[in-house]
Amino acid sequence: MIEIRWHARGGQGGFTGAKLLGLAASVFCNHYAQAFPSFGPERRGAPVLGFTRVDSKPITDHSQVYTCDYVVVLDETLIETVDVTKGLKDGGVILINTKLGPDRFSFKGNFKVLTVDASTIAMEEMGTPIANTAMLGAFAAVNDLIGIEPILKSVDKGMPGALRERNKKAIERTYGVIRGGK
Amino acid sequence: MAKPKIVKFQFPECLEEMPLGPSAVAGILTEPNSGWRVQRPVLDHSKCSKCLLCWVLCPEGVIDKSKGELEIDMNYCKGCGLCAHECPKEAIQMVREGQDEQ
Amino acid sequence: MNNKSKSGHLDFLNGDEAVAYAARLCRPHVIAVYPITPQTIVVEKISEFVANNEMTCEYIHVESEHSAMCAAMGASLVGARAFTATSSQGLAYMHEMLHYVSGSRFPIVMMNANRTLAAPWNIFGDQRDSLSQRDTGWIQAYVENGQEALDMIIQAYALAEDDRVYTPVMVNLDGFVNTHTFELVDIPTQEEVDAFLPPFKSKNAVDFHHPRSFCMTASTEWNMEFRYQQQEAMDRARGVIAEVDKRFGDHFGRYYGGMVEEIQCEDAEVVLVGMGSVVGTSRIVVDRLREKGLKVGLVKLRFYRPFPREYFKGLSGRVKAMGVIDRDISFGYEGAVASDIKSALASAGVVPKVINFIAGIAGRDITKEHIEGMYDRLFNFTQGKDEKELQFIGLRW
Repeated sequence: MIEIRWHARGGQGGFTGAKLLGLAASVFCNHYAQAFPSFGPERRGAPVLGFTRVDSKPITDHSQVYTCDYVVVLDETLIETVDVTKGLKDGGVILINTKLGPDRFSFKGNFKVLTVDASTIAMEEMGTPIANTAMLGAFAAVNDLIGIEPILKSVDKGMPGALRERNKKAIERTYGVIRGGK
Repeated sequence: MAKPKIVKFQFPECLEEMPLGPSAVAGILTEPNSGWRVQRPVLDHSKCSKCLLCWVLCPEGVIDKSKGELEIDMNYCKGCGLCAHECPKEAIQMVREGQDEQ
Repeated sequence: MNNKSKSGHLDFLNGDEAVAYAARLCRPHVIAVYPITPQTIVVEKISEFVANNEMTCEYIHVESEHSAMCAAMGASLVGARAFTATSSQGLAYMHEMLHYVSGSRFPIVMMNANRTLAAPWNIFGDQRDSLSQRDTGWIQAYVENGQEALDMIIQAYALAEDDRVYTPVMVNLDGFVNTHTFELVDIPTQEEVDAFLPPFKSKNAVDFHHPRSFCMTASTEWNMEFRYQQQEAMDRARGVIAEVDKRFGDHFGRYYGGMVEEIQCEDAEVVLVGMGSVVGTSRIVVDRLREKGLKVGLVKLRFYRPFPREYFKGLSGRVKAMGVIDRDISFGYEGAVASDIKSALASAGVVPKVINFIAGIAGRDITKEHIEGMYDRLFNFTQGKDEKELQFIGLRW
C-alpha cells in the first residue's frame, strides 16, 4: 500500500487533489483507494492536509496516516512553518509546486525532491493559480502506479464542462514536465 | 477602550494539572493572529490628518487613538485593507507581509 | 473484486454520501432532518437530489432534531416510509422521541454519525452517543466502511418493516473516519433495490376506512404487555437479521454475516471484539500477528441491539481471553459493549478473562500499535500476569 500526504492551505483544493487521486486510482484504474482530509484541530492559519491511500487489495485501515511514501506540497510557503517531511519514509518523494529547482531545497533525510511550477501552468491554462489538478498531473508522472489516463477521467467526472478541458491541458503539461524533464 | 491582553496559556503536563471540567483561566482565547495576514497597513503620519475615519471603520478595532499619533496594533490587525481604502489622505498603504515598505 | 460493478456503478464516495445514495434508493416518502456535523453531508446531498429532481420525497426542514423525529414519526403514522439522520447532541436532543417511536412500533430508519457528547464539546468520533441510547428500543447496527453503510440502510428498511419486527433501526457510522473518508462504493441500480425492497405497506398507520387511535397511554394494567411485545420483536429480529443478510447477499453479491462476523477465530487463543471502523484497522493487525504465529482473532460486532447473547456464550468456551474495545464508557462502571458481553458469558459457565479497552474517545485515533498492544495484554492475561480489567488506551500520560 502506498500513502500520499498533501500539504496545502485551506481554499487551495488540497483535499480535492487527494480525493481525485483516489477516484482515479479506484474507479478509473484497478486499485483500491481511500482519501480523507486532516480531521485534526489545526484550523487556525489554515494549513490543511489531505491523505490518499492506494493499494492492490481493499483498504480496511481506518487509522490516521503516520508514515507516507509521497508528499505533495501545493503551497511552498508551508515548508517554512510545517515539517513536510515528517513521517516520509526513507527514499520517499517530495513533489513541490514551485518555480525553484529541486536543488534549492534542503530537507534532512534521504528524499527525492521533484519540482514543477504548477501554479504558473494552472494560471496559463485556467486563468487561476489553483494548482491542485495540475499537481495531480505531476504526481501521475512520478511513478507508473496510475498513469495519466485515469487522472484525466477523474477530472472529467469531477469538473463541470467548461473547466474540464483546461484542467486536462494543465495536467498534460505538468505530466510532461516531470516525465520529460523541463 | 481596553485592549485584549495576550494571556499565555499553560497546557497541563500531567493528569493532576488538568482542570476540573473543561474550563480555563479567562483570556486564553485571545491570541495574536498576525500569522494570517497577507498584507499589512503602513501609516504615514506626515499625511495623517487625524480625521479618525480609519479608527471608526476598522472592523477589528485595532487602531489606538489614545496617544498623540494613531497606532495600529499589529497583533490583531488582519490586513483587510479597509483603512487604506477609506483614508481620504491616502496616508495608509497596504504592503505585502514579508516585503519592505515601498 | 475486480472493480467492476455487477450492474450498478462504482463511485468514490464518503460514508455520508453513500448513506444519501442509499436513502434515495429506498424511496422514502418523507425525510425530516436537521444538520449536525458530521452528518451534514447526508443532509446536503439529499437536498441536492431533491432540488435536481433526482429524488421524489417530502423533504421537511425542521428546526431541531427533536422535531425531525416527531415529523418522521408523524409520517410513519400515516403509512409513509420515513428517513432521518443525526449525531451526538442531535441524537440526545431527540432522546424522548426515540422512545416514542419504538414504543409506538414505527419502522423508521435513521442514520447516526457517531460523535462524542458534550461536555467537553467536540465534533469527533466515538460511540458514546448511540450507546447511551441503547435502552430506547431501537435496533442498532454499526458499519465498518462506506459500502457497508450504503448496504445497511437498505437492509435496515427490510428489517424494520418486516411483519415480525416493526421496530425502528439506527445505522451507525463512525464520525469522520467513516462519514468523511472517501472509499470505493458500488451503488446498486434503482431496479435492483426495488426488487429487494418492496414498497412500504404499513400495518400500523392511519386508515380512514378503519379508524384507529395511536400512541395512546397504557395504564399500569396494560403497559407491561406492550413492553413484553417489544422485547419479543427484538428477539424475533435476530432471525430476521440473518434472513435479510442472506437475501441481500443473494441479490447484490455482498454478505456480511448477520449479527456478528468472525475474523480468524477458528483456532484463536485471544480475540478482540469491536464495532465499526476500528474493526477494519484491526484486520491488518490480526494478519500481521498471525504471520508471526500468534493465534489471534477478531470479532466484528455488527448489531448491538438486539444483542447476540447466544453467540458470545458460544465464543466463551473457545477462547482464553477476550478484549472488548469500547469507544464509550458508562461512567461509574465500564464500557457498554464489555458489560453486555460479560453478562452473556456469565450464563455460560466457562468464563474467559475479559479486558475492557476504552479507546478512540472523541476522535482519538486507534492505531495499529494500540491494537497490537491490546493483543499483548490479552496474552499477558492468559499467562496469569496482572492486567487491569478496564484500561484506557492512548491517554497522553
